[in-house]
Amino acid sequence: MGRIMVGISISIVAPFLLNQIAAYGVGILLLLAALAILVCRRPFGSRFIYGACALVCSALVGAALCALLAPGAGLDAVEIPIGVPLGRTWLALDPLSAAFAVIVNLTTAIVSFYAIGHGTHAAEPQRVVPFYPAFVAAMNIVLLAQDAFSFLVGWEIMSLASWALVVSEDRSASNRRAGIVYLIMATGGAMTLLLAFGILAGPEGGYTFDAMRQAAAFKPGAIVLALALIGAGSKAGLVPLHAWLPLAHPAAPSHVSALMSGVMTKVAVYGFIRIVFDLSGPPSWWWSIPVLIVAAITAILGVLYALMEHDLKRLLAYHTVENIGIIFIGLGLALAFEASGFAVAAALALIAAIFHVFNHSLFKSLLFLGAGAVLSATGERDMECMGGLIHRMPVTAFAFLMGCIAISALPPFNGFVSEWLTFQAILMSPQLPQWIPRLLVPAVGATLACSAALAAACFVKAFGSTFLGRPRAPSAAAAKETDRWSLGAMLLLAALCLGAGVLPGFVIDSLAGVSNLLVGAQLAAQSDQPWLRIAPIDPARSAYNGLLVFSMIVIAAGLTALIVRRFASHGLRRAPAWDCGFPDPSPVTQYSSSSFAQPIRRVFGSVVFRAREHVTMPRAGDTGKAKLQLNLHDTLWEALYDPVIRFVNTAADRLNGFQFLTIRKYLMLVFAALVLLLVIIGTWR
Amino acid sequence: MIQDWQTQLVQLVLVLVLAPLLSGVTRKIKSRLLRRRGPSVFQPYRDILKLIRKETVIADNASWLFRTTPYVIFATTWLAAALIPTFAAGLAFSAAADVIVIVALLGTARFFLALAGLDIGTSFGGIGSSREMMFASLAEPAMLLVVFTVSLFAGSTQLSSISAHMTGPAVGLNISLALALVALVIVAIAENARIPVDNPATHLELTMVHEAMILEYSGRHLALIEAAASMKLLLYVSLVACIFTPWGTTVAGSDALAYFIGLGAYALKLLAFGFALVLFETAIAKMRVFRVPEFLSVALMLGLLGAILLFISRVP
Repeated sequence: MGRIMVGISISIVAPFLLNQIAAYGVGILLLLAALAILVCRRPFGSRFIYGACALVCSALVGAALCALLAPGAGLDAVEIPIGVPLGRTWLALDPLSAAFAVIVNLTTAIVSFYAIGHGTHAAEPQRVVPFYPAFVAAMNIVLLAQDAFSFLVGWEIMSLASWALVVSEDRSASNRRAGIVYLIMATGGAMTLLLAFGILAGPEGGYTFDAMRQAAAFKPGAIVLALALIGAGSKAGLVPLHAWLPLAHPAAPSHVSALMSGVMTKVAVYGFIRIVFDLSGPPSWWWSIPVLIVAAITAILGVLYALMEHDLKRLLAYHTVENIGIIFIGLGLALAFEASGFAVAAALALIAAIFHVFNHSLFKSLLFLGAGAVLSATGERDMECMGGLIHRMPVTAFAFLMGCIAISALPPFNGFVSEWLTFQAILMSPQLPQWIPRLLVPAVGATLACSAALAAACFVKAFGSTFLGRPRAPSAAAAKETDRWSLGAMLLLAALCLGAGVLPGFVIDSLAGVSNLLVGAQLAAQSDQPWLRIAPIDPARSAYNGLLVFSMIVIAAGLTALIVRRFASHGLRRAPAWDCGFPDPSPVTQYSSSSFAQPIRRVFGSVVFRAREHVTMPRAGDTGKAKLQLNLHDTLWEALYDPVIRFVNTAADRLNGFQFLTIRKYLMLVFAALVLLLVIIGTWR
Repeated sequence: MIQDWQTQLVQLVLVLVLAPLLSGVTRKIKSRLLRRRGPSVFQPYRDILKLIRKETVIADNASWLFRTTPYVIFATTWLAAALIPTFAAGLAFSAAADVIVIVALLGTARFFLALAGLDIGTSFGGIGSSREMMFASLAEPAMLLVVFTVSLFAGSTQLSSISAHMTGPAVGLNISLALALVALVIVAIAENARIPVDNPATHLELTMVHEAMILEYSGRHLALIEAAASMKLLLYVSLVACIFTPWGTTVAGSDALAYFIGLGAYALKLLAFGFALVLFETAIAKMRVFRVPEFLSVALMLGLLGAILLFISRVP
C-alpha cells in the first residue's frame, strides 16, 4: 500500500521537483523569521508564524518522504547562486538527508502545532518567535547541504538561533550560565567540524560532498573520526562533552526544548553519519572501538544523572544524553560490521540506530511538551513540588504516560523495537574476526540492558512524582489542563509512538535506501513477511510482531474485563487510603522524587557521584528535628571542566597586568614580538 | 497451521488454570517441610474466587491508572506466559515474539505495578515501588544476558528454536550454559519475590517489596494481581524447563499420544522445580534489602561471563 501511495504522490510531484520544493521550504522559513520580527508582538502574529512553520514543515515531510521512497529521485542538486563567497550552495535530498529530513520536519511540524497554543504564554514573544523559524530553517539547511560550506553555515545558524532561544529568558542566573556554556561548546564543536571538512577536502579543496567522496587519495581517517566525534558528539551530547546539554535544553521555552532535545541532537547524529559513513571512505575495524566505548559510557551515565535529578526538564535532558548513547552503540556496531565485510549485519545495526533516532525524536518531544504543559499549569519544574496532576490534567497525564512507556523501551511501543533491533545486532557480533570488539560487545550489551532497566526506573519516578500521589504544593493542587492545540499535538505524538511500535516494518523498509547508500546492503523487505511481523535476518532466528503483541494485550485485557464484569462483584467503594491503618494526613510523608531514587543512589551513586548521606538524629527525649543531609558530586564536571575553568581564570588574572602598561612598555612589547617573529622566519628558511 | 493455533489456545488456557495450582503445591510442600499441615493445594483458587466476589474498596484519590493497572498486569503476564513452549513446541505466536519480548512484557507489567504503588501517595506504596525498580535495574540486565548466552548458543532468540536446539545432539555440558542457569535461577527468585529476596508470606514488614506495592488493592483488582503473580512464577519455572530441560516436549505435528506425554512431562517438571524452589527457600534466611543488589550483581556477572565466554570461544 505504501508503494501505491508513493506512486500517486510521485505522479503529482515529479522527482526532480522535490529538491526545489525543499529549497523553497527553507527559503519560506527564513522569510517567516524576518516576518516574525514585525508581527510577533500580537498573539495572532505569533500564532500565524507557528502555524505557517507547521505547514511548511509538513510540506517538507511530504517532499522528503517522496525522495526517500522513490528510487532515483533527488539526483540533481539545487544550485543556489547566493552562496558563500568561495562557492555556491548545493541543496539536495539524497536518501540519508531525506530520512533525517522526514524525522526532523515531522517532529517540528507537530511541535509547531503545540506552539500555536503554548507559545502565546511567552512573556516576551519577540525574543522567541523570530528565532524559531530561523532555527528550523537552519536545521533543514544542514540536512539538505551537499557541500561543506552550506553545511557549516547551516550548523552555525542552528547553534546561534538555538542559543538566542536558550537565553530568551535571561532573568535567572542559571539561564545566563547555560547560555555561556552552550556558546563555548557550540563554537568549539563547529571549529572541529570545520577542521574535519578541511581534511576531507584535501589539498585541492573540493568542498562539495561529491568531490570529497571522489578524493580517495590521502585520508587520515583517525583524525577525521576524532574530529567528528568531538564536533558532532558535543552537539549530540556524548559524554564527557554533554555538559552544556542539561543546562541549555531546559532553559529554553518548552517547545524549543522539545526541538533542541528531540530534533537538534538528531541533526548532530546526521552530521556524524554523513562524515564517518559517507565522506571518509571505508572504515577501519578499530574505528568502532572508541565509538562503542564512548557510547556505552554515555548511555549509562546519562540515565544515572537523570535518576539523581528532580528538575523535570533537566531529567528529560539527561535522558537525551542516554538515548544518544544508545544511538551511537548502533552506529559503532555498524562501523565494526562494515569494516569486516558483514554488510547485512551493518545494515541491521545502522537501521537500528536510525530507527532509534526516529523514535527518540517522537517520544522526547512528547515528554518535553508534557513537561511544558505542566510548567505552564503549575509554574514549577521541580518534581518535589508536584504530585496528583493526573486528576487535574488527565489528558496531559495520559500522553505523558505513553511517552514514558515508549522511552522505557517497553512493548508494544516504538522504543522497544529499536532496542530489540540493537540487541539483534549485538547477537550478530560473535562473527567479527577481531578479538577486541568481541570482548567489548557483550559488555556494551550489558550496559545497554542496564540503561534500559534504569530508564524504566527513572520514568516511574518522573511520572510517579509528577502526576501520581497527592499534590505537594498549592500550585500543583490548583493546576488546570492545558489548551487544545497542545493536547492535540501531544496525543498525535503519542499515537505516532504507538504506530511506529506496532507497525515497525514500514519504517525499516523505508530506511532501505539509507543502508544501501552507506553500507551497500539492505535488510530483506519486511512487507513480505506474513502478519506484518519483522524479521530482520531470518524468521527462524528472530522475529517480532508488534501488531500481534499489541492486539493480544488489548484482547486479553478486554476479555478479562468482560469476564470480571460478568462474574465478579460490581461493588466499588471509595474510602480513605488504607496504608496499613496509619494513613498520613500530610502529603510531605509520601515518597518524593529523591526518596524514590535513594535505593538506586545507594547502589550505583556511591561510586559515580560519591553520594554520601548523613543523618543527624536528635537524642532520645529531644524533640528537635532529625536531619538528612545528602552530598552529591558531579564528578565529570569536577574532573574535566573545573581544571579548565581554573586554568583560564588564572591565565586571565596573570595577563590582566598587560592592560595597565605605559606606552613605552607597549612599544617595547611590539618590538620584541616583531624581532621574535623575524627570528622564527629566519630560522625556518 | 491449524494445529499451531490449537496448541496456542490450549497453552493460553493451561497457564491460566495451572498457575494457582503451582502456587498451592509449593505452599503445601513448604508447609510440610516446616512440619505444618498447610492449606489444601487448591487454596489459591479459593482465594481468587473469594476476592472476586468481594466488594472492591479503593482509596479516595485513586486515579484511572490505579483501576486499569490490574488488567494491564494480568494481560501482559498472561501473554508472556503463553509465549513459552511448555508442553509442546510450535505455538502460533512463537514467530511473533521471542524471549527478549517476553522479558520486556514482564517489564511492562512491572512498570505499571510500580506506578500503581505510587498512585495513592502513601509511604508504603512508595517504598515498594522504589525498591522493586532498584531490584529490576539489576535483574533485568542479568536476565537479558542470560538470554544473550542462550541465544548465542542456539543461534536464535526464538524459544521454540532454542528448545529444539537444546534437545539436539550438538549440546553437551557447557560452562556458559551452567553460568546462565545459575543466573536465571537467581533472577527468577528475585522476580517472583521469593526468599531470600522478599517474603511472599509476610505483611507489615519494612523489608517487604511486592506486597507493599499492592497494599491498597482489594477485591477483584487484587484477585487479578494475585493471579498474575502466580502466572509469573509459572512462567519462570516453564522458562527454566523449556531452555534447560526440554526433554519430553512435544514437537509440532505429533499425534495425540505425544501431546499427552508432553503434558505429563511438563507436570513432572513443574513439580520437580517447585520442590527444588521450596527446598532452597526453607534452607535459607531472608536477606537485608541492601544485600539483594549484591545477590543480583552475582547473576549479572555470571550472565556477562557466560556471554563473554561464548563470544570469544566462537572462532569464525
